[in-house]
Amino acid sequence: MDNFLALTKLITPASLVALFPLLGFFVTSLFGKSLKHASGWIASGMILLSFICSLFLFLNLPTGASLNFNLLEWMKWGNITLSFGILIDPLSLVMLLVITGIGFLIHLYSIGYMHHDKGFSRFFAYLNLFIFFMLILVLGNSYLVMFIGWEGVGLCSYLLIGFWFKNDAYNDAAKKAFIMNRIGDLGFLLGMFFMLFYFGGLDFLTVNEAIKAYPINNIIIVAVTLLLFVGAMGKSAQIPLYTWLPDAMAGPTPVSALIHAATMVTAGIYMICRSNLLFAMAPHTLEVVMWVGVATSIFAAIIGIKQNDIKKVLAYSTVSQLGLMFAALGMGAFESGMFHVVTHAFFKALLFLGAGSVIHAMGGEQDVRQMGGLWKYIRITSMTFLIGTIAISGIPPLAGFFSKDEILAAAYNSHKEVWVLLSISSMITAFYMFRVFFLTFSNSFRGTEEQKHHIHESPWTMTVPLSILAILAAIAGFWGLPAVTGQTHLFSAYLKPVFEGSKAILGEAHEADHATELMLMGIAVLAAAISFGVAWKFYISSKIVPEPDSETKGFAKWVANKFYIDELYDNVIVKPMMVISDILFVLIDKLVVDLVVMATAWIVGFTGRTLRLVQTGNAGFYLFAMVIGMMILMFIQLVY
Amino acid sequence: MNLPVEQTNPQNWYLVLSTILFSIGVMGVLMRRNALIILMCIELMLNSVNLLLVSFSAYAGNTEGQVFVFFIMVVAAAEVAVGLALLVSIYRNIGTTDIDILSKLKW
Repeated sequence: MDNFLALTKLITPASLVALFPLLGFFVTSLFGKSLKHASGWIASGMILLSFICSLFLFLNLPTGASLNFNLLEWMKWGNITLSFGILIDPLSLVMLLVITGIGFLIHLYSIGYMHHDKGFSRFFAYLNLFIFFMLILVLGNSYLVMFIGWEGVGLCSYLLIGFWFKNDAYNDAAKKAFIMNRIGDLGFLLGMFFMLFYFGGLDFLTVNEAIKAYPINNIIIVAVTLLLFVGAMGKSAQIPLYTWLPDAMAGPTPVSALIHAATMVTAGIYMICRSNLLFAMAPHTLEVVMWVGVATSIFAAIIGIKQNDIKKVLAYSTVSQLGLMFAALGMGAFESGMFHVVTHAFFKALLFLGAGSVIHAMGGEQDVRQMGGLWKYIRITSMTFLIGTIAISGIPPLAGFFSKDEILAAAYNSHKEVWVLLSISSMITAFYMFRVFFLTFSNSFRGTEEQKHHIHESPWTMTVPLSILAILAAIAGFWGLPAVTGQTHLFSAYLKPVFEGSKAILGEAHEADHATELMLMGIAVLAAAISFGVAWKFYISSKIVPEPDSETKGFAKWVANKFYIDELYDNVIVKPMMVISDILFVLIDKLVVDLVVMATAWIVGFTGRTLRLVQTGNAGFYLFAMVIGMMILMFIQLVY
Repeated sequence: MNLPVEQTNPQNWYLVLSTILFSIGVMGVLMRRNALIILMCIELMLNSVNLLLVSFSAYAGNTEGQVFVFFIMVVAAAEVAVGLALLVSIYRNIGTTDIDILSKLKW
């Protein structure tokens, strides 16, 4: 009863949390012209209010309880009701805090970063709209509501990637992201149709209730989960739908940090965690999820080694880390995956914002070959970037170490070969992150004199979010201390109620003994240290600078050109599509459609040209024609 | 009390008379070239129909048709005024009211 009372108090803040960004969107988009730079502060303020709401919910939600209520009944037919409702439980709360918290910091950062941009208000309008849809995605109590948010964030991603719409390449990147996502969304949509047909509803309660009647690995459940996973593949940039994410870096850097690193791309992981019961009933799908994750993780990491654009490196690193999370989900380690989502959100947002600060200082330069020696000039950015680098490399005691170690331990306990592959992937990650760090911040400056003169530390609106994120990236790991320390794993304890059902099906992962765990940690740290050493040897001791693109040869050239995957897609899918379009253009458009349209126009024209001759201007003739006509009509009237 | 009033003449006579008047009007409209005459012939046609309406009304023993005819006459007077004004204006501008010459409005 106490729980019930406590929950009813939460209904108002739960309904409000998503409305603030929407309000912000309307205000900044409608009055942006007159608000000028105030719109940035308004937008940030709205997100701050959302964050406060989320914090209130977090502090007041009774342990083990969840709040699930319907705002309105949307569609109803037969015995199926689709309603628009909100679900607040530990899983959505974690996402809420990450989205609004990091979202607020990035809004604040954008005030400084976008200060000179003409589209200042438009930028914040889009950003607020994005947060609104992301909150809808996370708050929804049914797949349908989640899908609304899912599509909405896709739209905002499109708008923000193509934010500088006068540049054709950026527009292409935006379209690519949108189309790639559509492919995934189709999977999600089909999955929903299946669920509606077989489970008789789309809200999580109905679905979770209905699947109890099915056996494990039932073909329907496998199909539904595979289709949902296709959706996740698109949104979270997994092989084979990952190519849009690196291109999405065309958007302003805060967008890359917020949408393409911290929040939107983790929507796929959130979705699978949300449907953990469904996925637990389909071990076949989990196997697929795991291997796709592992493959993406390694593949993207390898590409990351040879990228020279500071944002591209981070983009591939994001793809790789997302692969790691999917691998964790595939092994049934849902809470480890979620934990990595959170820590990754901190350090990857930090790295992107740091990269943005570097680009800001360099006056728009993104090529690391033109940088170097920035440590002296922009100290705060350098230090926070270093913290992010250490965190992502998995060096204790920063956040990345704990979450990554958990995933690796889960892999070691269930699939040894996956453990080996993921360890290699994290080793490569550590290498290319230090490579970027050394190339950017150490040695001496390699850019032009003009750029050197331009270098300056960013304003406080940018450095404060950087510092806060750096602190979070440093300490977030302590919410999930491994068992060997003898402390409770706060994070997984908090999420426990969400994953109880699936754990019952999959069986509690058997814990490795402490010695093994320590050994795994040792290996992970050693691997990161070796990577660090190699990077130091190359880029500090030998002062190697990556060669210009034209001099890259052999395998390195393959890697630098991303294994020509874009070209492959271009040749296999895009070009044949173009040819088919050309053929259809000639056959259908020219021959059929044009014929019909032209014929209609010609008939109308011909009739007009002919009948026009009747208009002689002679009133006597008109009168005569009128009388004759009336006589004919009367005659007809008489006869029939 | 809509009883038919005893009439001395058979109704056919009125029908024949208005048909003749109408035909004269039609022929006038078709044959004559002068717009003024045409206008007068149109009036003739209108009034033949009015006559028909009044006679039907009388034979049916109700007065509504007769009242209606008064309205028609009022409106027709207004219409004639407009028509004549147009004709005067045309004559002043062009110097003729021959409809064969007034044939600028074509194609």
